[in-house]
Amino acid sequence: MTDVNIIDQSDDESGQSREVLMNLGPQHPSTHGVLRLLLQMDGEIVKRIEPHIGLLHRGTEKLCENFTYTQIFPLTDRLDYLCQPSNNLGYALAVEALLGIKAPERAQYIRVMMAELSRISGHLLITGALPMDLGAMTTLLYTMRDREMIMDIMEMISGARMHTSYCRVGGVREDLPEGCLERILEFCNIFEHRIADYESLVGNNRVFLARVENVGNITGEDAIALGLSGPCLRASGIDWDIRRDAPYEIYDQLDFKVIVRTDGDCYDRWKCRVDEMRESLKMVRQCIAQMRPGPFLIDDPKIAFPVNKDLLAHSMEAHIHHFKLAAEGFKVPKGEVYTAIEAPKGELGFYIISDGTEKPFRVKIRAPSFVNLQALTRRTTNMKYLADVIAMIGSLDPVMKEVDK
Amino acid sequence: MADQFPVAKIIANFNGRVSIDSEVTDMACVVVKPIDLVELCLFLRDNPAFKFNFMTDIGGVDFFPNLPRFQLVYHLYSIDFGWRLRIKCPLEDPPKAPTITEIWTTANWHEREAYDMYGIVFEDHPDLRRIYMWQDFEGWPMRRDFPLRGYKDKYNPFGEEKPGADQDPIGDIL
Repeated sequence: MTDVNIIDQSDDESGQSREVLMNLGPQHPSTHGVLRLLLQMDGEIVKRIEPHIGLLHRGTEKLCENFTYTQIFPLTDRLDYLCQPSNNLGYALAVEALLGIKAPERAQYIRVMMAELSRISGHLLITGALPMDLGAMTTLLYTMRDREMIMDIMEMISGARMHTSYCRVGGVREDLPEGCLERILEFCNIFEHRIADYESLVGNNRVFLARVENVGNITGEDAIALGLSGPCLRASGIDWDIRRDAPYEIYDQLDFKVIVRTDGDCYDRWKCRVDEMRESLKMVRQCIAQMRPGPFLIDDPKIAFPVNKDLLAHSMEAHIHHFKLAAEGFKVPKGEVYTAIEAPKGELGFYIISDGTEKPFRVKIRAPSFVNLQALTRRTTNMKYLADVIAMIGSLDPVMKEVDK
Repeated sequence: MADQFPVAKIIANFNGRVSIDSEVTDMACVVVKPIDLVELCLFLRDNPAFKFNFMTDIGGVDFFPNLPRFQLVYHLYSIDFGWRLRIKCPLEDPPKAPTITEIWTTANWHEREAYDMYGIVFEDHPDLRRIYMWQDFEGWPMRRDFPLRGYKDKYNPFGEEKPGADQDPIGDIL
């Protein structure tokens, strides 16, 4: 009831009004989950947008305060559920920074490879979903076919298609299974040609272009003030990518281009993602080429389970460590840290305050979708009609689970 | 990158009103009183020597039962220089802080979140409502004295007993 009072519908004393308050969502296919919008409409023209979020709020940050450091990994999976390895990586980096450790090189390559694969998977969805929101169903069916291949790879590596929870503090859970790299290379070879297919399928489509070109333009200045990050920011001409400007893991070993476009309209945001998939593919190939055999988890019995499982049968000490680790978790020294990674949606940050116990004192998640979604509230001349709002939501690519935390 | 960042310049400019938090090691960190917050933010954004144009994140922290109980933590980023800066702003109970929505539009939802979760009131905020919880919700869920499972009521029989509430919840459940 409180919502209705916020926008006053009556223009004069008679209570007659030209403007109508319309509700969009939360259960609407083009709101990408459970986003609810209140639109003040004058005919087909949108006067004001008021997003109502929180329908998927699970209190992730509160839960984090009550979980041990390792137990939080599955929670991070459920932030951006299209790109779980990225979220895992961001969180693992924060805890590792607090502990002052670094994962072995092979683990870093595996993590980055997984993160880039998941970036392709996330971008694939929006490559198809934005045209679908605008009425072109076909693309989504094809992109989902390719996403399926990535899901299969994820299942092969971690055992789970979506919520992988594959990262651990100090490395990854297990080494890559046999034949996995060949499978990924096979995917790369197939997928390489398909990106061009998607571009020609919708990228040159007259109707699609009419719906997205010059719609929802955001200038670079506005984009920074709104705190946009990731493809949404780069589409507005701001050349900033954390992978290049503050490289974490082994990104400084990889050769890739940062995709920057200038117009900042819905098309540019879409195109930016399509081009980023090519770069990600390049990075996956480089990771595979550069990866060397070696340890995949840090050798520290206080932090990680022993890699050699036979040890548990012979060594009492290993047994005790294993028990303590499983029952209580590990202690993290007092301190605070903020780490940011370039997640597919933008800057994903974890701010962790540790009080020296097994559970974090405070975890603040800087969710990129949450920040990016706020761009919807901005008044813009290029987002005039209801149909443009739909294009705008799609091009901002919010994942509601991440928005609502 | 953070090590080249001239924190001393900020301290000098603010003349004792801003201090360095030396316990923080991952990036430069300054502590400021709420009354000087807006001035500091404007200075950091507009001074060509810093250009902290990107407001990354605002988070509330509750140090219950320690005092001062609340704290706001701001993370800034300078896209031009690649510097990060953390601003801490300790708050008394009941917590009140000035809004910085005029400086960075993005602060709007971040501040609403901090209000929703910790009950930190941002003065002059254009639209200070709950963002995640529903508007009629009572209490501040992220405060440390708020139980993990919430308070017991008709729809939440496994929640904790509300202190000082009527000790006859059975009638409520049935």
